[in-house]
Amino acid sequence: MDTIIQFISDNLLMIYLLIFTVILGFEVISKVPTVLHTPLMSGANAISGVVIIGAIILIRSSGPDDYFSLGLGTLGIALGMTNVVGGFAVTDRMLEMFKKKKKK
Amino acid sequence: MIHETLIDVAYLIGSVAFVWGLRLLSSPDSARRGNVYAAFGMGLGIIAVLIDPRITGGNNYGWIVGGMAIGAIVGWLAAKKIQMTAMPQMVSVFNGLGGACAAILSMVELLNTDMDMGGKAISLFALLIGSIAFTGSMLAYLKLDGKIWDEQVTWPRHNLINQVLLVITVGVFGYLLFNYPSTGLLIGFLVLALFYGWSFVAPIGGADMPVVISLLNSFTGLSAAAAGLIVGSNFMIVGGILVGASGTILTILMCEAMNRSLLNVLVGGFTATGGAGKDKGDQVAKTITPVDAAILLNYSSSVMFVPGYGLAVAQAQKALKELDDNLEKEGVDVKYAIHPVAGRMPGHMNVLLAEADVPYPKLLDLDDANDALPNTDVVVIVGANDVVNPAAIDDPSSSIYGMPVLNVWEAKHVIVMKRSMSPGYAGIQNQLFFHEKTKMFFGDAKDSIQTLNSEVKNL
Repeated sequence: MDTIIQFISDNLLMIYLLIFTVILGFEVISKVPTVLHTPLMSGANAISGVVIIGAIILIRSSGPDDYFSLGLGTLGIALGMTNVVGGFAVTDRMLEMFKKKKKK
Repeated sequence: MIHETLIDVAYLIGSVAFVWGLRLLSSPDSARRGNVYAAFGMGLGIIAVLIDPRITGGNNYGWIVGGMAIGAIVGWLAAKKIQMTAMPQMVSVFNGLGGACAAILSMVELLNTDMDMGGKAISLFALLIGSIAFTGSMLAYLKLDGKIWDEQVTWPRHNLINQVLLVITVGVFGYLLFNYPSTGLLIGFLVLALFYGWSFVAPIGGADMPVVISLLNSFTGLSAAAAGLIVGSNFMIVGGILVGASGTILTILMCEAMNRSLLNVLVGGFTATGGAGKDKGDQVAKTITPVDAAILLNYSSSVMFVPGYGLAVAQAQKALKELDDNLEKEGVDVKYAIHPVAGRMPGHMNVLLAEADVPYPKLLDLDDANDALPNTDVVVIVGANDVVNPAAIDDPSSSIYGMPVLNVWEAKHVIVMKRSMSPGYAGIQNQLFFHEKTKMFFGDAKDSIQTLNSEVKNL
């Protein structure tokens, strides 16, 4: 019990951030028209590549001969970057198609 | 020396760009800008983390640049080359990679650092969810791409196996939490999580695919957020949680569209419930010739197309748009009825039709389409089946009973384009095919529409 209370008081700001972001996320996205389900999913998917930040932190803080962290970290960066670049590019391609409206 | 506050402000702007970008993504007119904002936020965050002076260590920029270059090139080429019909596969693959990145990160952190209980719980959670998202998405990709069929990856009593696997996984999670995590045990946990991700997606297929893809998307987001907690990055937490929220919302929307609970989708599966339906072997479906169909369409005042997965498989979206144009020229009012779970990912049909330049005001959602159907002359069903099955309304023994469907039989005429009389994914016979108003038009969707097109032009 003490550990939990300690944890909460140590990370109070973090907990605020978590809760408010959850609420914000649901509020911002709740009313999506069907047309945009795929682009929203794919755009959000690109954002989930934000995990690359963690991989960069890992590599930057590793020693130059810590090949274990460097190797796995670089793999992580490559995967994350594919997610980010591919995700945003593919979303843009989709949305470009939505824009072309026929004028009659 | 860059000031630390400046770095923090960059993260803050990046986070706001994520929120704002997602907000703009929820409206058709601003969606493209929204995507650019989100990408800008990501770029800003990456630059900030690269120059943040608070991170001390070897820096190892060579490794970072190498990894980023590989990822950027692969991602860019894949995104540019992919066919629009293969979009669900692509989204799945990208999603899986994000999950893998989170899993790798938490694995390294778990092996390298001595954590307190809270840190360990979060790291194990990120490892678990990230791994599930990875293998789950990869299997979803293989299934969507037609490389693997459901029957090849499902075992007898698969749902029971999954439940046992889940219990074991949670058990190992708990053990690792309270004991010193040895390298061997951690690797065992990783393998278990990867295997569970595969096994959990294995029995889910067909019409349930949109639910699973949305769910996996939210998993990746959550794993990114958990990884953010490990390395103490607010930027990652905000990004990850936002993705988690959007994935969860889409999952809920998809479940609602099928009138099933998430649990039912995950452990039930259409095929698991008996529901062979009423067997009326002596029924004969009426067919229609291309000429008659063309005449029927040409001289009606309103036509509604109901696209389904078959449209994507046959890549018939452009041919359909051409037919639409030809009919509009004759003064026919053409609309499209889009069922929320038509296709294999949320909004699948909308993307395909957008590729063919169909303006989105012509696309009606379920409720609008059902309101318009009684005043529609001809409904043309292109490769859809379960979303137009009347059993969902009038046959309580059917496994899709209760799912909202398009009431196409309320229109004056129904033409069903289909390859053969085989039942849809759900394995349920569709009484619509034997309905008095229904005429069958057999053949590949693209060929059929092209034939219709030339017939309409010849009239």
